Amino acid sequence: MSALAAAACVLHRDLQRARRRLGDLAQPLVFFTVVVFVFPIAIGPNAEVLRNLLPAILWVSALLALVLTLPEVFAADYADGSLELLILSPHPLPLLVLAKALAQWITGVLPLIAMSALLGGVLGLDFSTWVAVELGLLLGTPVLCLVGCLASALAVGVRGGPLLLALITLPLYIPVLIFGTSAARNASLALPVDAEMLFLAGLSVLALTLTPFGIAAALRARLA
Amino acid sequence: MFERFHQYAAPMHFHRLSRKLSPWLFGISAVLFVAGLVGGLILAPADYQQGESFRIIYVHVPSAWLSMFCYMVMASAGAAGLIWKVKMGDIMARACAPLGASFTFVALATGSLWGKPMWGTWWVWDARLTSELILLFLYLGYIALQSAIEDRRAAARAGAVLAVVGVVNIPIIHYSVEWWSTLHQGATVTKFDKPSIDVSMLIPLLLMALAFQVFFFASLLVRARCEILEFEQHTAWVRDYLRGRHKA
Repeated sequence: MSALAAAACVLHRDLQRARRRLGDLAQPLVFFTVVVFVFPIAIGPNAEVLRNLLPAILWVSALLALVLTLPEVFAADYADGSLELLILSPHPLPLLVLAKALAQWITGVLPLIAMSALLGGVLGLDFSTWVAVELGLLLGTPVLCLVGCLASALAVGVRGGPLLLALITLPLYIPVLIFGTSAARNASLALPVDAEMLFLAGLSVLALTLTPFGIAAALRARLA
Repeated sequence: MFERFHQYAAPMHFHRLSRKLSPWLFGISAVLFVAGLVGGLILAPADYQQGESFRIIYVHVPSAWLSMFCYMVMASAGAAGLIWKVKMGDIMARACAPLGASFTFVALATGSLWGKPMWGTWWVWDARLTSELILLFLYLGYIALQSAIEDRRAAARAGAVLAVVGVVNIPIIHYSVEWWSTLHQGATVTKFDKPSIDVSMLIPLLLMALAFQVFFFASLLVRARCEILEFEQHTAWVRDYLRGRHKA
């Protein structure tokens, strides 16, 4: 079996597992929605203020929902021993963990982006801001997902769960948050957003090239 | 043979070396502290703009320098432990983290104390302050990960990976935060483009920086000694050493 075929197997397996437990996928979505609706209650029903804050609220809520799903990335594989088999397999581990991260992005993050698109529309973002938020999430979440998988690999099989992962990952997420929200702010002022989008895409490419090796090293460090 | 030297003997020798060195280093740093503090707090003239409040730089600036230096030491030691399996690398990285976090906290706290009379607020969302705060969070994340993993070897290796990831991220974080704060508020408070500093103020500052540096290495040695004893608690030499101390 070629390395790519092995990675495709890992991806297929993770997607299938997610499909058979759709209830688990719904939880972060519900959490995300609740958090987005908690903010207006705290801020007060001032439509103008809320419209200004909505992009930031969507970004922060997506960030928190994403962090909450991180402990699950390697937990099941660690519990049933298939993580050791992945490490022992003759195929390059970085490629296999990249497949796992991709599966995590498709099952955990893509639904969040869809939900944020829905909520952004319903709560009255103007069109260009809406586009900036959604495009920013599409370009930025690969970084969040990959760095999150790295943290999850470091903390695999450790008590502490989402709190520990939030402590590790949130400082590393700050650049993405900055570019994502500043793109939305620019869009709401009818300014160009190319620079931020290019930065987000660049960070994603950087994360795609480097973090798989980091994730592999982290798994080896924890399990070897 | 070489492998044995790395795996086993190095921490023992290091422990002995550290016991010899650290009193000297503490002594040197004490002398430097006295010289720097006398120079900075008494001999140096008051600033023409900031008056006496400027004197906090003699604590603030060295601790800010060390907060970054310490992260580099931590990451390099961790990387050495990860790549070459040098046990002392793991031990030094672990010993660095609380020191670095403390220096970062001191830098933030003294900066905040200085900001109240100078800027009129305890905190501003300035790029440097924010980066320093994020650095504190990076340290805290590292410490949290270390304390969550029971096995010391595994904890050290996981921490090393995290520290290296942090080093890759620090420039990205720094420049993105700079971008963010310039977008927010322009040059309202950051107009302190390094004013050229007078020699009478500079010499105490350099003395204090040196004092902090030596103090850092001295306390690193002491912390590393505790870590060594815990890492190696099941070896014969640690047992002998502790028994010897007990008798004495």
